[in-house]
Amino acid sequence: MARTRTQLLMAAAGVTAVFTATGCGAADMTKQTSPYANVGGAKSVTLSVQSWIGAQSNVAVAQYLLEHELGYRVDTVQVDEVPAWDALSQDRVDAILEDWGHPDQEQRYVKDKKTIVPGGGLGVTGHIGWWVPKYFADAHPDVLDWKNLNKYAKTFKTAESGGKGQLLDGSPSYVTNDKALVKNLKLNYQIVFAGSEAAQITQIKQFAKAKKPFLTYWYEPQWLFNQVPMVEVKLPTYTDACAAEGTENPDSIDCAYPTTPLQKYLNADFAQHGGEAAEFLKRFHWTKQDQNEVSEMIASQGMSAQDAAEKWVKKHPDVWKKWLPRAR
Amino acid sequence: MSATATRSATDRSTDPATEPAATGTAAARPSPLSAAVRSHAVRKLAVLVVIAAVLVPLAHATWASGSWPHALTVDVSGPLGNASDWIIDNRDSHWIFLYFFGHISNAVIICVRAVYVVLLTLGWAGVTAASTLVAWRVAGVRVAVTTVVSFAVCGLLGMWVPTMQTLALMAVAVTASVVVGGLLGLAGGLSERAFRALRPVLDTMQVLPAFAYLLPVVLIFGIGVPGAVLATVIYAAPPMARLTALGLRGADAGVLEAVTSLGATWRQRLLSARLPLARKELLLGVNQAIMMALSMAVIASVIGGGGLGDRVYQALSSVDVGKALAAGLPIVLLAVVMDRTTASAGERLGEPPAEDGPRLLRGRLAWAGVAVLTAVVTVAGRLTGSQTWPTGWTVAIEEPVNQFKDWMVDHLYTGVPVVGGTADWASDYVRWILDPLREGLQGLPWYAVLLIVATLAWLIGTWATALTATAAMAAIGVLGVWEPSMDTLSQVLAAVFVTLVLGFAIGIAAARSTRLERLLRPVLDVCQTMPQFVYLIPVVALFGVGRAPAAAAAIVYALPAVIRITTQGLRSVDPAALESARSLGATQGQQLRQVQLPLARPALLLAVNQGVVLVLAVVIIGGLVGSGALGYDVVFGLAQGDLATGLVAGAAIVCLGLMLDRVTQPTARRDRKGA
Repeated sequence: MARTRTQLLMAAAGVTAVFTATGCGAADMTKQTSPYANVGGAKSVTLSVQSWIGAQSNVAVAQYLLEHELGYRVDTVQVDEVPAWDALSQDRVDAILEDWGHPDQEQRYVKDKKTIVPGGGLGVTGHIGWWVPKYFADAHPDVLDWKNLNKYAKTFKTAESGGKGQLLDGSPSYVTNDKALVKNLKLNYQIVFAGSEAAQITQIKQFAKAKKPFLTYWYEPQWLFNQVPMVEVKLPTYTDACAAEGTENPDSIDCAYPTTPLQKYLNADFAQHGGEAAEFLKRFHWTKQDQNEVSEMIASQGMSAQDAAEKWVKKHPDVWKKWLPRAR
Repeated sequence: MSATATRSATDRSTDPATEPAATGTAAARPSPLSAAVRSHAVRKLAVLVVIAAVLVPLAHATWASGSWPHALTVDVSGPLGNASDWIIDNRDSHWIFLYFFGHISNAVIICVRAVYVVLLTLGWAGVTAASTLVAWRVAGVRVAVTTVVSFAVCGLLGMWVPTMQTLALMAVAVTASVVVGGLLGLAGGLSERAFRALRPVLDTMQVLPAFAYLLPVVLIFGIGVPGAVLATVIYAAPPMARLTALGLRGADAGVLEAVTSLGATWRQRLLSARLPLARKELLLGVNQAIMMALSMAVIASVIGGGGLGDRVYQALSSVDVGKALAAGLPIVLLAVVMDRTTASAGERLGEPPAEDGPRLLRGRLAWAGVAVLTAVVTVAGRLTGSQTWPTGWTVAIEEPVNQFKDWMVDHLYTGVPVVGGTADWASDYVRWILDPLREGLQGLPWYAVLLIVATLAWLIGTWATALTATAAMAAIGVLGVWEPSMDTLSQVLAAVFVTLVLGFAIGIAAARSTRLERLLRPVLDVCQTMPQFVYLIPVVALFGVGRAPAAAAAIVYALPAVIRITTQGLRSVDPAALESARSLGATQGQQLRQVQLPLARPALLLAVNQGVVLVLAVVIIGGLVGSGALGYDVVFGLAQGDLATGLVAGAAIVCLGLMLDRVTQPTARRDRKGA
């Protein structure tokens, strides 16, 4: 087959090139830019996208502005949070725009190896918790205290929860202490992992449509609140002591989740030599309202991420003009 | 693709156990053969009963509990966690990375980049022209038309750049698979000992669900293209190796004899006779490697492979069926183009060159002609301005597709009169089939499970298969993941049951009606080449979160193979046997039950086996939509970089796959994973 033959030749040429380029020297695993980056002299940026929609909004707006205002080509790769840190340290992606707090990774890559540098705050504050739909909380206000949750276990039962109440959890990549919480607070609940945020959102929407009661792990900021109003269930108060103990032994956690100002991180090399793109990404800073505006256009109005970003950009020049590296 | 399924299905009919039955009068019930088989089975059962009588009381006395005894588990999470930390800490400094893995990784990146640069330089016009002309040259006008339409559709869907990224990745992965597989096959084809050593390795590689070995690859190479290419090579090399070995071993002895008598050296013999004689198998191997690699393109996106797979994966995260379809279609089209091109190139081997097409595409000058025409079109394309597909020339299919999906969910989810909605089906399926099955399996004492596995595997295969199956099952217990494995097993069994019921029914119908078969063919083609991930999104909308949507996706994915093999098996039943049954006045139903089905038994068994393997592969991906158990643990391991959880679950999946394969595996071997 001709194509295979040409490919073979190309591959052989490629291999030869590698060995002439690197000789028999060492190969640096921290400098392995994506093969799709900077092809044909185009300046390009590779951004990692996490699976939740807030993260997609950040990336969509950054991508739109990088492409239309600064003339970059933007590649996006969907990676979960922890592997994204790894990819960032290897230069396979240039930036993470929304990190929910990974102390282990920070210690390893930012402090020890210095392959990743902080890119400043995103401007959005995140909070994780347990939520019930408003229609249910209005009828049963005492469900909002965790101490009464066992009383409602039967109400939250589903086919998947095996006789106990169902606590719907999301993607395996999310930060969660729910297993420890259910055990330590002695709750008669079974955690059902939806496996991805998409699956979880779909399930919540289906519940809401049927006005069924449910209890779910969820987080702010999130556009879904506009469609399915939810109320947070009060868990034992978050304290630094409890958090410290939790870092030591994750199984011992018995208090609520903290409130986290979300952070950006850049590959160290990119931060130094990334030019306008790096400068732009460092300055990127917006609010929860801004993010939700884009998220909702993407997720519930069925717009493509790029269209949603374009619409937002056209509407809010005052916000993003400040992010551009030079006055325009 | 169906060609291979057919092949392996018909290969199976040379199974010694059924050969006499096929030529004799199968309608006569208690033939001496089946009596012999039965007594054979009775003997095996007797041996097992004796073993059980000795071991079970012993096991029961030592570990009274029914679930896997804690004393028999090995906790590997500590060492695995340490290994993971060691790799990450030493990746930038240890020699094995600096001088070995690093170079592999760099080489992959540079190769993919080289191909990608070439594709981008050719531009949309050049790429389309080059592929069309090559297809024309090697496969004829029809394939050329398919090619040009396919590439145009990729562009129209707004997927040009991701398509080129996938193409670049595929080019490198397929080349590597063909080289690696070819070398292994060469060894296997030339040396009997190597062949025997290679076979179990290839068998095992083909049974492993790809999802299970993503994590180790990621750990060493990191997220991104190198890991994706390597995972693809592991997946796609075995069929190439197998077919190469097959081709070399099958070379005509007479020709070889003649060549030897002419005084050819060993090397001359290999290059001038054996390899050319095996051309068809080699080409089929390339074809298979391409198809396997394409089906891996999406799974590789979980580890950041980029391209079309990544678009599908991103769409999964926003429940966007339209977007997923827009990215999934180009994958299907690439598969169709590459399959048709390589397949007809294989058929044309040895035939006189076709007399159609422009003169530049004929005879010796053909390749020069292809190059010149491509160059001309490339330049012309450049003049129009855009290297990538012109942005204005796209058609948005997302919106209508999503509206259709919403309509379906609105009308089918619940409260459909008489049949009930999909949500009701899902909860019934969970309540009446999955839950009892899971409780039953988890409630069975572990030694009972081992005994059942041993019995089934031995009855259908040899003592060696029984041993492998039982050992694989025991390994699951030792790894300490007995409970989740039983959960996964229950999901697989339930989904396989539904798949087989539907598959056999449709297969029988299709075997009887050529028109139905013709109607089904394109549907089955799409179902088989469409990446599994694309199914995951609509099934959540229809069946909610949990084990039911995973089962639904698995059934859709495995059904085509089962239908195809069943139809093929029934069709290839000896017409003489059917004729004699008809002349004896058998009704249609009697013919089916007493002649066709028994005679097609090997094909049906193969269908079961394929159903099991394919269902397992998708049920695991179902971890992404809440099917829990082992699949979830693998996703969790990937997402959290938790090697211990992910690898143990991956190993358990591998063991489960091995066990299921051996338990359902008829004596003869099959050629490849997907049918």
